[in-house]
Amino acid sequence: MIDALPLAVTLPLIGALAVTVWPAHARGLGLAGALITAVSALTVTTEVWSRGALRADLGGWGAPLGIALEADGLSAAFLAMANLVALAVSVYAGGYFKRETARHFWPLWLLLWSALNGLFLAADLFNLYVTLELLGLSAAALGALTGTREAVAANLRYLLVGLLGSMSYLLGVALVYAAYGVLDIGLVAEAVEPGPVAWTAMTLMIGGLILKAALFPMHFWLPPAHANAPAPVSAALSALVVKAAFYLALRLWLDVFAPVLGEAAANLLGILGAGAVVWGSWRALRAERLKLLAAYSTVAQMGYLFIAFPLLAATPPGLARENLLAAVVLLALTHGFAKAGLFLAAGMVQKTAGHDRIDELGGAAQALPAATFAIGLAGVALIGLPPSGTFLAKWMMLEQAMILGLWWWLVVMMVGTLLAAAYIFRVLSRAFNREPTPYRFVNDASTELPALLLGLIATFGLGIAAQPLWRLLEQGAFG
Amino acid sequence: MSFDAWLPVAILLSSMIPGMLIFLLREESHRLRTVLNMTGALVKLGLVIWMIGGVYDGQSYETRWTLAPGLDLVLSADALSVLFVALSTILWLVTTVYAIGYLEHSPNRSRFFGFFSICVSATVGIALSGNLLTFVIFYEVLTLATYPLVAHRGTPDAAHGAKVYLAYTMGGGALLLVGAIWLQALVGPVEFTQGGILGLSPEEIRVQLILIFFVLLAGLGVKAALVPLHGWLPQAMVAPAPVSALLHAVAVVKAGAFGIVRVVYDVYGVDFAYANGLLLALGILASITILYGSLMALTQDSLKKRLAYSTVSQVSYIALGASIFGPIATIGGVVHLVHQGLMKITLFFCAGNYAEALGVHKVSEMDGVGRRMPWTSLAFTVGALGMIGVPPIAGFVSKWYLGLGAADAGSNWVIAVLVASSVLNAAYFLPILHRAWFRPAPTQWPQEHRRIGRSEIAGALLWPPVITAVLALSAGLFAAAPFSPLEWATLIAEREYGR
Repeated sequence: MIDALPLAVTLPLIGALAVTVWPAHARGLGLAGALITAVSALTVTTEVWSRGALRADLGGWGAPLGIALEADGLSAAFLAMANLVALAVSVYAGGYFKRETARHFWPLWLLLWSALNGLFLAADLFNLYVTLELLGLSAAALGALTGTREAVAANLRYLLVGLLGSMSYLLGVALVYAAYGVLDIGLVAEAVEPGPVAWTAMTLMIGGLILKAALFPMHFWLPPAHANAPAPVSAALSALVVKAAFYLALRLWLDVFAPVLGEAAANLLGILGAGAVVWGSWRALRAERLKLLAAYSTVAQMGYLFIAFPLLAATPPGLARENLLAAVVLLALTHGFAKAGLFLAAGMVQKTAGHDRIDELGGAAQALPAATFAIGLAGVALIGLPPSGTFLAKWMMLEQAMILGLWWWLVVMMVGTLLAAAYIFRVLSRAFNREPTPYRFVNDASTELPALLLGLIATFGLGIAAQPLWRLLEQGAFG
Repeated sequence: MSFDAWLPVAILLSSMIPGMLIFLLREESHRLRTVLNMTGALVKLGLVIWMIGGVYDGQSYETRWTLAPGLDLVLSADALSVLFVALSTILWLVTTVYAIGYLEHSPNRSRFFGFFSICVSATVGIALSGNLLTFVIFYEVLTLATYPLVAHRGTPDAAHGAKVYLAYTMGGGALLLVGAIWLQALVGPVEFTQGGILGLSPEEIRVQLILIFFVLLAGLGVKAALVPLHGWLPQAMVAPAPVSALLHAVAVVKAGAFGIVRVVYDVYGVDFAYANGLLLALGILASITILYGSLMALTQDSLKKRLAYSTVSQVSYIALGASIFGPIATIGGVVHLVHQGLMKITLFFCAGNYAEALGVHKVSEMDGVGRRMPWTSLAFTVGALGMIGVPPIAGFVSKWYLGLGAADAGSNWVIAVLVASSVLNAAYFLPILHRAWFRPAPTQWPQEHRRIGRSEIAGALLWPPVITAVLALSAGLFAAAPFSPLEWATLIAEREYGR
């Protein structure tokens, strides 16, 4: 049978070419490309689920040269989430964009998708750099799609920050190559040993990635860029693109630099994460616009993920550590679904009301029950209330923190949770006012249902049926 | 799996599914919505009756679903959970009828009844929780489902009340979560077990366990409206009358009180709690709440607020019962869970009727309502006298057992609290009854609605309080009959104390 691994990367690329060649059919071709890409990616995940880790060497060239793709449980989990979210975003975008904008949207969007899948599947450090760079370029271009002055300025800054981040990463890669002469993750992992070279390489690579993951205090570029992009793009940027940088940092941390690590580095990431949780949540609470609120909430949510590093570093290898890692992945996945749902629903509210100033949303939110529900469900997951996946993930992380005696992480995460409740309910409280509205649950199926579905997955799917994730993550280590 | 394993889930879903469907309905599908509501309520009642029979015969029901390694969602039924489930189910049925009548012609009914059903599902989930994790999950879902109900009217007042409600309950939920995680980190998954699970815990974690008890108590105390965590309750009075009835008699405050009972008996174990002085602390808190709530009720002119403070006071009888060491007081506390529910829901229905028919919202406007609305006022009188503890109404039975238990345990100060509270209850309820029955009616009511036919108010609004009043009366009158709340509470106490 045809290997699904390369298809997940090449299909969206072919789709991007097709929509460039036939722009008149951008919407139809784009949706078709989106569907087959998602199917191929989900095939990869199910293959990993049933057969264990996969590897494909393109063109018959094996390591240390050549282009290799690999999928283990961790990448399969992120791949599944990213492709489901991207599919929902595509359906939404099909109804959201007017003809003219759609022409520009689809090629860039499929390019970004290809880079994203490549990033989850690439098996060597240099190819990872290529996907990272491509991801940053297409993301910045998509963000500027509205063409407004704020959007262009914000995304120009995003572009520069992205370039700086990938430069730093590339320097690290060069250093690794100079020292060990290999780039394949598995081979690097075997060669790497503690010392100044490994330390510097790790600092450069992870430093570049946390800039791209918008970890506090390097988050300054994110809120304007995400808040000014069109709704489907904001959803993809917040749910997927920053998550990809986190995925890569986690991957390098676990698989490559494990022997080099000290607890000090982990604690530093954790402290920055704590700063992100508190500061991001606070700014989200003070935000005047719905999309800005959502963007700051992303800053906060990325913080939770980085708090995982000190907890992982302090937990001895074994079952407890595997469970903790799975909880962190669950947190990242749930957040991906929830944040995309929130942005998509916010886009609907913005489109109906003509603006997204939270204090004046009133009737608009009430006229769109499905969108309001999507915001509510996504909100439940972002706060970390049951029965969402984040609730389970946070419970497991906090329980582990208490077992380790690291109670201060519990304090940070509870403060973040309460602040999140405050900012989410600040929005939801606007849904209730006196205006009687003609009640129709769904008004525009192609845009409201994707948002609602993402919210449902985050709150019920991953909260009640997250058990398979544990089995998936057991499937083969990388390299 | 057999049907027995599915029964707890079926009971949960019997209100959850209609709730979800109702959200999707158009506003004007009045008939279909009513059918869904009533079908759910009746199906649930049937399933619960089945379960009562099974539990009485010693049958055990458990559904277990693994959420993640070490985290199980457990729904199970013991005598205590069945008591709470039965109460919620019966009162849900009655309240649904009332709400359909009350909200006729008002906007956003699909949203209202959707959340109303979810709210009851969450309450039943709380009752059936087999471990602390499950309890926390449904406790939070209950917060989420009641918020839209409190905010329902959409007025600035409602928005404010809902905000205060949310701030309190989210804070309480966070504390409960911290306590639960901390406890689980110390002793592993916390399954509710008769006699508690901490009896054999090592000495060196004792101090932490005591600290955790107070963290959990603070978390549960918010919903149970323990002073000083009761501030949300009077504010939440802006909600429509059926919601107030539900919050006060069935769902929210009872969830807190029920949680306290669970934590004392089935997590810490009454022996452990007694030996470490936790019961005394709980008893003092409950007593302060009982007296403070009654004193505050005296000063309220708004009828609903007076009832709200009365709730603050009365719900703590449940905690008080749990805090006295000995099975007799346990019976009194547990049975009050039901008795207070029946009496308080009657009072709130009646308050809603006065407001609906006559525009009477204040105690000072109630002169002569008895002659104008005799059936409503008769129900109100039964509820009020029951709250004071006049025999043979249900409230008397609760107080009798609480007093007897206190005497048995040698806690004479508790009897003093009970007497003082009863005097205060009389002081804030009797003037209302006097006004209603013995003062002449004013020439004009604040805002009188046109009479429909010869009856004082629409049937859907009149029957619910009459039925609950009859139930409150019979719970006292036939307390010794099999399957009465008292008999069931005795069964619970016997099982908890293993005697």
